[in-house]
Amino acid sequence: MRGREDEWTGLMRSAMAGDDVAYHRLLKAITPVLRAAARRGLARAGQPPDQAEDIVQDILLAVHLKRHTWDSEAPFAPWLFAIARNKLIDALRRRGRRIFVNIDDFAETLPGEAPQETASASEVAAQLNTLPQRQRDVLQSIAVDSASIKDTAAKFSMSEGAVRVALHRGLAALTARLRDR
Amino acid sequence: MDTDQLIRTLAADNAHRAPRVGAVLTMALLVAAPLSILIFATFLGVRPDVMSAMHNPFFDMKFAVTLSLAIPAIIVSLHLSRPEALMRGWGWLLLLPVGLLAVAIGGEMMMAPAMPMTMRLVGKNSRVCLAAIPAMGLPLLAGALFGLRHGAPSRPALAGALAGMLSAGLAATLYASHCTDDSPLFVATWYTLATALVTAIGALVGSKVLRY
Repeated sequence: MRGREDEWTGLMRSAMAGDDVAYHRLLKAITPVLRAAARRGLARAGQPPDQAEDIVQDILLAVHLKRHTWDSEAPFAPWLFAIARNKLIDALRRRGRRIFVNIDDFAETLPGEAPQETASASEVAAQLNTLPQRQRDVLQSIAVDSASIKDTAAKFSMSEGAVRVALHRGLAALTARLRDR
Repeated sequence: MDTDQLIRTLAADNAHRAPRVGAVLTMALLVAAPLSILIFATFLGVRPDVMSAMHNPFFDMKFAVTLSLAIPAIIVSLHLSRPEALMRGWGWLLLLPVGLLAVAIGGEMMMAPAMPMTMRLVGKNSRVCLAAIPAMGLPLLAGALFGLRHGAPSRPALAGALAGMLSAGLAATLYASHCTDDSPLFVATWYTLATALVTAIGALVGSKVLRY
């Protein structure tokens, strides 16, 4: 545990110093841990685990947009888990009110069927469609078509700076919509 | 969008650098301050006998009290803008103005009273005080909440309450230069009520707008 968390702290320090590869590795490394925590949380609240991926994506977006609140002298894991806990509680609260009825419906029509295990998430994708055209184009190009910022700039005849701005604004807008939905 | 795609997108945005919460809070307060000062200049103004009042330690004490609320509240609100932050070990900072007031009240009790205690407590400006501190505090509160939105507080209502305290503390610092009631009893009663009001508004609004 100790070793893993020290490694995260090191990766995050490199990421904050501008190392995009370290940042990518860090996000990949924390995702399975977040996923397991989200599933445990859902199970304890008696909710189906297929929403775990939405929660994971919520947490990742918050980590990204709030990483300036991390103190690079402090260990990374307590900061990460505080954000994860916050997002998980939010998600359970929100779903708790809305979804219990649906679970009852589900249990009646499909008795005994185990909840489906899936790694797809629908909420980020759904909110993506509500973004302004330019932000959506840029996000889709980078996320779905795996294009670089440079290629994306060429594709839409934009400057790289404009692509970066649209990318960041798009991520911030996505997060705001997920929070306020 | 699957999670790998999201991670790739976030990594592509790694170059984006956000300012620290302290910098955004400072800017927001500086933008809001002229509004509060305008309210002060239009409706209140510095008391006419300010030069002689400055020789009265109880006049000066008012500024020590209001600043000992505002400055620790700023420090604690910035601390709480980190998601893993706990109140433990920080709460005593908020007791500083309480301690100062207790000392001042004790000091006044030991002196030969110029006025009966009830007159000192009620003063001449209690209504103005109750209106002016919240009125000048609200623009600052809006600025403080805007600045703290840049953070990630795990307890939004508590962070909002601190935004209220720091705004009330700054507004009360302005107000103290207008008010002719210098008795610590007056300050302990009416400044505290006005501060509690702004703090409650901060907590209420904060619980909604400081979620991240």
